[in-house]
Amino acid sequence: MSEAAPADPAVRVDGLAMRYGDKVAVADLSLTVERQSITAVLGPNGAGKTTTLETCEGYRKPQRGTVRVLGLDPVRQRRDLLPRIGVMLQGGGAWSGVRAMEMLRHVAKLHAHPLDVGMLSDRLGLGECGRTPYRRLSGGQQQRLGLAMAIVGRPEIVFVDEPTAGMDPQARRTTWELLEELRSDGVTVVLTTHYMDEAERLADRIHIIDHGRLIASGSPLELTRGGGAGSAGISTIRLVVTRPFPPGAPESLRRALGQGTDVTQLDRVSLLVTGPADASTLAKVSRWCEENAVLPESLSLGQRTLEDVFLEITGHELAE
Amino acid sequence: MSTFTPRPGAAPLPRQVLAQASMEARLMLRNGEQLLLAVVIPVIVLIGAVQGADHIGLTYQHAAVDVFTPGVLALAVMSTAFTSLAIATGFERRYGVIKWLGASPLPRSGLLAGKVGALLLVEVLQVAVISAVALLLGWDPHPGIAGAVLAVVLGTAAFASLGLLVAGALRAEATLAAANLVYLLLLAGGAVVLPLSAYGSFGTVVQWLPSGALGDAMRDALINGVTGWRDLLVLLAWAAVGTVLTARTFKWE
Repeated sequence: MSEAAPADPAVRVDGLAMRYGDKVAVADLSLTVERQSITAVLGPNGAGKTTTLETCEGYRKPQRGTVRVLGLDPVRQRRDLLPRIGVMLQGGGAWSGVRAMEMLRHVAKLHAHPLDVGMLSDRLGLGECGRTPYRRLSGGQQQRLGLAMAIVGRPEIVFVDEPTAGMDPQARRTTWELLEELRSDGVTVVLTTHYMDEAERLADRIHIIDHGRLIASGSPLELTRGGGAGSAGISTIRLVVTRPFPPGAPESLRRALGQGTDVTQLDRVSLLVTGPADASTLAKVSRWCEENAVLPESLSLGQRTLEDVFLEITGHELAE
Repeated sequence: MSTFTPRPGAAPLPRQVLAQASMEARLMLRNGEQLLLAVVIPVIVLIGAVQGADHIGLTYQHAAVDVFTPGVLALAVMSTAFTSLAIATGFERRYGVIKWLGASPLPRSGLLAGKVGALLLVEVLQVAVISAVALLLGWDPHPGIAGAVLAVVLGTAAFASLGLLVAGALRAEATLAAANLVYLLLLAGGAVVLPLSAYGSFGTVVQWLPSGALGDAMRDALINGVTGWRDLLVLLAWAAVGTVLTARTFKWE
């Protein structure tokens, strides 16, 4: 459409706090989502991703803070907002006895200018299961139908909760390509995921959430570079040894390496060194091994991944 | 304009409600157990009651088929508006259908209207089938159309509000059990099919139940051709109580 991008971001969450009983789901969360981008909300299970999304979708009223989607209050201006957004829940959403295409056609009828359901089913490979009742669809087929239901109404913004969970690699790629096409056609995509590769491959911007707090934001490149121009070229050395490290190993190695590097213990037998992975660092690492009587099993160089970033910030791994 | 260029908008509300009503009616008729409840059981009860009355020599002022058909129609309304609706809605909550629709352009009032529309569609089919069987058995109804239509509408409202009350508060399996149990209890002891007179002094209690009121209103209309205002008011009261309680307790997830 020809209308200029309005001033409001697609989503603005400001100081959101949500708790269920004693459990804090979201604590003082603030983030924005730019229009016509793909934004990933990344975090382990139970980090508060779904709660945040459901607050944007108007399902939950913020207990503290404000949430605006397309400049609207998702609770008080629900009726104005809902036709403009598409929602894919984390599982479910269709009658157990409804046939896949029947469901999609039904959802299309609730909208004024729906997409062609035949085209959509071709794009998402729903053709072969169009007459299959929902309860007999595979997990991946249910996910694809859920995505089709979210976008058939031609929304301005879609919220997709773990869109590729349970999908085979082929379906995952198809889904990623579709989400990228949505973005290039002017749709804003907000997705939650706990797959690093999904966030890294798709997202223009990643918000990493842990324990209900926003712990880092940025483009995949910014996050893996560790921010700041000076740190470009940073990579990692992963050191795996044959027997458990002696106590205090990370600190001792950090002292040996000096300024500009960081050492994180991954488990009893592996350490991650972050910093300039050059010949001199490698030499220092192997000398430290010799001095401390530990035998390296492998010493591998790599770019920092989002996984490493997550680990560094939170001190625990993303996968549960 | 590219394939997915946004062009959002809700369909006009009447079109959404119509789509929802026809979808829900189709799903109800497709489901074997619900069809059993909606048509097969009422027809069996009708034939059984008419044959049985002859065998055991039950005599009423009117032919047995004239006495039992209005009650069987009432039973059909009860099975659809209460039992089928409760079970369907219970599983809609379980499978996240209601939740998903909550983020669709269909407002809750439209969802409710769609459900009522689906019930009325199914009831029209039920009335057609049961009436056809009754006419074959020699039914000679008194045309109290206004009273019968009012009874069906108010009976639907009363039972639907109670069905949603159960479905919105209990888990899906508990709803399934409770809705079937209540149906059986009211079928046996609720003065739906059998007239109040069959219950002796217990009839004074049963006439205040929605089942007794609906059965009686149908019999008044189709046997005597009069509108049973007292029974219709009882149904209206149940509908009001059911609606208020449902609005307060219904959980969407």
